[in-house]
Amino acid sequence: MPETQNDSVYVTDRLIAEDIDTYLDTHQHKTMLRFITCGSVDDGKSTLIGRLLYDSKMIFEDQLAALQSDSKKVGTQGQDIDFALLVDGLAAEREQGITIDVAYRFFNTEKRKFIVADCPGHEQYTRNMVTGASTADLAVILIDARKGVLVQTRRHSYLCHLIGIRNIVLAVNKMDLVDYAQDVFDKIVGEYSEFAKSIGIESFTAMPISGFKGDNITTLSDNMPWYDGPTLIEHLETVEVNSARDASKPFRMPVQWVNRPNLDFRGFSGQIATGLVRPGDAVRVLPSGKTSSVSKIVTMDGELDEAVAGQSVTVCFADEVDCSRGDVIAPADNPPAVADQFEVTIVWLNDDTMHVGRAYWLKIGTQTVSATVRQPKYAVNVNTMEHMAAKTLDLNAIGVAELSTDRPIIFEPYTDNRALGGFILIDKMTNATVAAGMINFSLRRAQNVHWQPTDIDREAHARLKNQTPKVLWFTGLSGAGKSTIANEVEKRLNLMNRHTFLLDGDNVRHGLNKDLGFTEADRIENIRRVGEVSKLMVDAGLIVLTAFISPFRAERQMVRAMLSDEEFIEIYVDTPLEVAEAHDVKGLYKKARSGELKNFTGIDSPYEPPMTPEIRVNTAEMTAAEAADYIVRKLMPLK
Amino acid sequence: MSRTLTHLERLEAEAIHIIREVAAEAENPVMLYSVGKDSAVMLHIARKAFFPSPPPFPLLHVDTTWKFQAMYELRDRMAQESGMELLVYQNPEAVEREINPFDHGSLHTDMWKTEGLKQALDKWNFDAAFGGARRDEEKSRAKERIFSFRTASHGWDPKNQRPELWNLYNARKHKGESIRVFPISNWTELDVWQYIHLNDIPIVPLYFAAKRPTVERDGMLLMIDDDRFPLQPGEVPVERSIRFRTLGCYPLTGAVESTAKTLPEVLQETLLTTTSERQGRAIDKDAGGAGMEVKKQQGYF
Repeated sequence: MPETQNDSVYVTDRLIAEDIDTYLDTHQHKTMLRFITCGSVDDGKSTLIGRLLYDSKMIFEDQLAALQSDSKKVGTQGQDIDFALLVDGLAAEREQGITIDVAYRFFNTEKRKFIVADCPGHEQYTRNMVTGASTADLAVILIDARKGVLVQTRRHSYLCHLIGIRNIVLAVNKMDLVDYAQDVFDKIVGEYSEFAKSIGIESFTAMPISGFKGDNITTLSDNMPWYDGPTLIEHLETVEVNSARDASKPFRMPVQWVNRPNLDFRGFSGQIATGLVRPGDAVRVLPSGKTSSVSKIVTMDGELDEAVAGQSVTVCFADEVDCSRGDVIAPADNPPAVADQFEVTIVWLNDDTMHVGRAYWLKIGTQTVSATVRQPKYAVNVNTMEHMAAKTLDLNAIGVAELSTDRPIIFEPYTDNRALGGFILIDKMTNATVAAGMINFSLRRAQNVHWQPTDIDREAHARLKNQTPKVLWFTGLSGAGKSTIANEVEKRLNLMNRHTFLLDGDNVRHGLNKDLGFTEADRIENIRRVGEVSKLMVDAGLIVLTAFISPFRAERQMVRAMLSDEEFIEIYVDTPLEVAEAHDVKGLYKKARSGELKNFTGIDSPYEPPMTPEIRVNTAEMTAAEAADYIVRKLMPLK
Repeated sequence: MSRTLTHLERLEAEAIHIIREVAAEAENPVMLYSVGKDSAVMLHIARKAFFPSPPPFPLLHVDTTWKFQAMYELRDRMAQESGMELLVYQNPEAVEREINPFDHGSLHTDMWKTEGLKQALDKWNFDAAFGGARRDEEKSRAKERIFSFRTASHGWDPKNQRPELWNLYNARKHKGESIRVFPISNWTELDVWQYIHLNDIPIVPLYFAAKRPTVERDGMLLMIDDDRFPLQPGEVPVERSIRFRTLGCYPLTGAVESTAKTLPEVLQETLLTTTSERQGRAIDKDAGGAGMEVKKQQGYF
């Protein structure tokens, strides 16, 4: 066993034994600090955390017995206890001997409760580090004294800084392996200082430690008389927590839930993001801008005179003011801004690459809206912090891009307010959380472009043509017969005196979309433009027929969402790949098969068939004319 | 300058936030109520989250018919006090086959609890279920998300869980999929006891020491809660002053000898003790060090 710990700053058994009430009173008034530990594979993270748990007696006898037997079986410390085994949880990673996910650990000292997020050091797990950092007040960056500042050190520091952690501890670990030499420590600190300054880290606290031997963890080490403190625990016990800082900012409370048990009570529930609120305060509800004053702050433990950042409360107003989930309550004279276009920093968290232009759900506070991201302005190389050109973002990539939402959201820049500036993106099809983002600022553009009202509206156009405008959206594989059938349908509608227009995939690419290629991003943009043009034509009163492969469900859904209900008729021209390929009128399949043509739908790019198209025609079973007749019959009665 | 919240205030506020998010975003949530101390805390927080309304979801007790009598009593009382609907589910196959912990070993937990829970969630189409599990209980739980996704067959894939950033939870899912939500993930055993103490939350009296009839079997101190307990040859019930650190099926739950009759006394013992909480239960030790992880992949809470 390693040398015994000094437990003077920890739970004192004697106090518990002799005066439990005093002890409980102390514990009750402790504050909480959340921090993350990051380091490379062998920097000793798990050992350090194991040590903190061990020293604070968060390891029980039976766990210790299991640890001792495990240490002998799979441990890497010979006959000594391998503290890392205590914290490496899941079966797969125990075998590999690495940490692959964020694990949360808990310990107490006399002054604080601590929650530690144990974050992995591997490049591919940026995702986990960002996750752990998002709730942390402080980061402990571990460095192996023998190795100095590594690429990983820079990466971890950059990520912590990006997520807005202001308290950074540089823990130079394994000092026992460099003979506790001050010059080794000084050299590392010097090197790190330079780097920290270069990425905007204003200050950090450096300390020489040994997680394995326990030096400078709870007590100053006799092995390093040249270091006069603080110890790691002392620092963790006294550093300022985020919620203290948040309390001094303007009041913001995103509304989670409207509490209405009966007609006499109407309260708005939420967790206060920043600032404080008192009964009588004049408040404004965003985005409506309506004002009122706080009549009372309700909790099950009685009404409050004051509620501060971090508390979950229910607020009642003096007046009947509309307010629902997603709204934000703020001081009447100091509300946050509202906008729909932003520059954001995005961390991509999913295996599926970001689709430029595709609509994702964006959740910020309690608001959920639809959002699209434009091509990144640049991506950041997390090892060198260089800006690189990027067309999209892959798993664990970080980039800066413009983002727009389908309706205005209430926000603040992330550096001012994590709760109103941090967001996640959710894939609309898979429901996966695919990205984390931070709003840098809103773009003025949105605020200066106003919708120009016109007197002759869409109803007037439609009335004159005596028809109900629609979009007949033909989708299917290349060579399925979309253009041919659409052409036949248009001929029939024309004979019925309908005003129509056919937008054909190939034709549009000669003009409007001639700047676009066939990459996924370009295909999404192609469909977006066709959608917008179709929408204008529908406003003009036309029946629009479009013939595009439009292989992705998400984009067809995007166009559907641009139009009102029943205006979008999805027509699936369903043909087996073999049949379409056998036709191959344009010789494209042959080229794709030979590799001459890239990203060809059905060959090396997927086609996602509609789940519930309004109309489906199978061209393996009917001719183009029959299909057209069938479609027109299904559309009848068209006005 | 405002005051800084204490750790218990922060933990409570976080749990309230989580419970409200689920109520707002899930279609048909339910709170699993096992009548233990963690359930007691979770229920209390749910009541705080929606006060003066009752929580907008029912309580679900997945019953094994082998809980302590005192647990059934508190369960019914708390349901009434909270104004929430109480749903009780017993796996009909387990009822029919009279599955019990004496004759059926691990099948008992599997059928009553693991299968029973899946059946109950399917029966009422619950798409989100609150549970009182904590990250400090067990190694594999330390990595569990607060929102834990389960496939339509209730499977848990540790490699396919959603990242959770800030306090933003993504509750979107496909039809048939469900979420287990753990609002008190970040609480420790000490926090739970202290919260019960501060808020005067009713808990099962078995947590406090009293003279109770017991036998010692396989190193565990078992309480004879009713006449279904078959005594082995030579076993004679002995009155001992005992209490329980964790409550489950009475024939599977080991007691500790104790004289702690008040909460501060229980806390005092807890803090000075050297045996971790789940040791009183048999479940973690299955399948080597990875017992709980395997059980979770099968759908155990």
